[in-house]
Amino acid sequence: MTPEGSGQRVAEREHDARPGVGEPLAESAGLQAGGTPISSPPASGRVASSPNGANAGAVEHAPGLSITLEQLRAFYGGAESVRGLDLEFRANEVTAIIGPSGSGKSTMIRCINRMHEEIPGARAEGRVMLEGLDVYDASVDVVAVRRAIGMVFQKPNPFPTMSIFDNVAAGPRLSAGRHKDLHEAVESALRSAGLWDEVSDRLDEPGAGLSGGQQQRLCIARSLAVDPDVILMDEPCSALDPIATLRIEELIDQLKQRVTIVIVTHNMQQAGRVADRTAFMLDGRLVEVGPTKDIFTKPTDPRTEEYVTGKFG
Amino acid sequence: MSAHGASEGPLERFAVSPTRRRRDKAARTAILAATVIALIPLVLIIYYLLRKGLGSWSVDFFTTDPTGNTFFKNSQIGGIKSAILGTLEIVALASAIAIPIGICMAIWLVEYGRQSRFANTVRFAVDVMTGVPSIIFGLFIYIALVVGTGSTYAGYKGSLALALLMLPVVIRAAEVILRLVPGELRESALALGAPRWRVTLRIVLPTALPGMLTGVLLAVARAAGETAPLLFTAGATLKTNFNVNQFTNSLPVQIYNDVISPTTSVEHRAWGAALTLVSMILLLNVLARFVSRRSRLG
Repeated sequence: MTPEGSGQRVAEREHDARPGVGEPLAESAGLQAGGTPISSPPASGRVASSPNGANAGAVEHAPGLSITLEQLRAFYGGAESVRGLDLEFRANEVTAIIGPSGSGKSTMIRCINRMHEEIPGARAEGRVMLEGLDVYDASVDVVAVRRAIGMVFQKPNPFPTMSIFDNVAAGPRLSAGRHKDLHEAVESALRSAGLWDEVSDRLDEPGAGLSGGQQQRLCIARSLAVDPDVILMDEPCSALDPIATLRIEELIDQLKQRVTIVIVTHNMQQAGRVADRTAFMLDGRLVEVGPTKDIFTKPTDPRTEEYVTGKFG
Repeated sequence: MSAHGASEGPLERFAVSPTRRRRDKAARTAILAATVIALIPLVLIIYYLLRKGLGSWSVDFFTTDPTGNTFFKNSQIGGIKSAILGTLEIVALASAIAIPIGICMAIWLVEYGRQSRFANTVRFAVDVMTGVPSIIFGLFIYIALVVGTGSTYAGYKGSLALALLMLPVVIRAAEVILRLVPGELRESALALGAPRWRVTLRIVLPTALPGMLTGVLLAVARAAGETAPLLFTAGATLKTNFNVNQFTNSLPVQIYNDVISPTTSVEHRAWGAALTLVSMILLLNVLARFVSRRSRLG
């Protein structure tokens, strides 16, 4: 797992990580109840200068992991909202999901960290592979999956009873047994979210007192504090003004050094600005996926072209 | 309007017609009258309580037990110390029983049972329990723990009857508040990799706490004023008693017994006790309001 390149490496890593049939899946990938998430080398979370000196002072983290959906189907009661999806999110890339309302984008990303099943009557079929591990395997602890795959929601939602510090510390505190170096972890997460300079002198103030854009960056810091491998973002900027949006987009660009990012967006300019690859969904199915530039300039499917040129949706 | 609008200029159609003005006035007056009528008994109760009750208030009134010597007009009849302390004991014990159980049940309903068939059955049962007359709870404890065990009245039996009465009120109040906690908060905590019980304990409960306290305090206030569940469970006694395994006096029962007494001075003691009880409940209500202002939920 060397932190260089991204695209080509994926194929090899998949081979390395995929366990043989019959092997205990959870164990082989390090996903256990209360255990450490997949990519937590000893140095993870510590402030250290990077080996080549190019990013001196930057925080060193393990790179992100890839996600592969295999025939994913998601239901609300009897209604099928994701209808058999095969899609790969490459490690340390930003993949944007675009598509009209009701096309199953949000449902799909909620299946990735198994938040979909929190809705009464909702269930998912198929496989979601985190590198070599099917997160839906019976031996996998859902709590460990969510620690490895963080999520940022549409509306900024800091915990209202907690201070800025406590909001960021909530992840390590709520997931048992990771209380060491809490201050370092909080500072590191806030720095990574580009919020440290704005809040370092008022960490004890309530998180709800920040502006909308700051709150959303606080939520990103909160999800970074558990050191995830993947971050899912469900329209993270739809409640923000253009300047706050730009701040988040810059942040996404920096964060992909250490995590894989999947972002659902209604804003096609946003997809164009932040995403390496873009997937277009319609009626719970994948229409097309490819490099963002290709999706917007030379889509192969006429429906994609109609959507990105604003003819419907 | 439009019929004669043409003859009176272009702005005529914006004017309020005299008929509508009259109707509006009549409706407003009727509503105000209804409000005043509803207020009359409230004001009268408070007025009589203060007029008749304040007269019997004194330091001795609060610091001595009733003597029970009620046959001579000017004899020392004592105060209501045992009743005040008894009410505090009985209600405290009832709260200690009903509040934890009620809150746990509300948490189960909102966080785990949700809309399952069993959860909805429980909700229905709780609703039915809310409507059960308070004397039935007293009767139930009387049959189960007084007659049933061949024993006699005791303070803790009164507490149990009150706890049964409080339980549905606590459950409903707590459930309503827990539902107000935004689902996104639970989701974002779950998405951080927190197990559900931790989410409930560390995120949902702290957020709901001020609101739940308000509902709980109102349930306590309601229980504190009940007479019927105590009459044949806790009994009535004169002396102050800190052992809830014995007869325990209480304000509502003291009032009940004093009011039916033929002696005027004892009847006055009832007014004083009533004013005391109402003041205590008012205090709880004010406290509940104060707490609810600190709530972070709508």
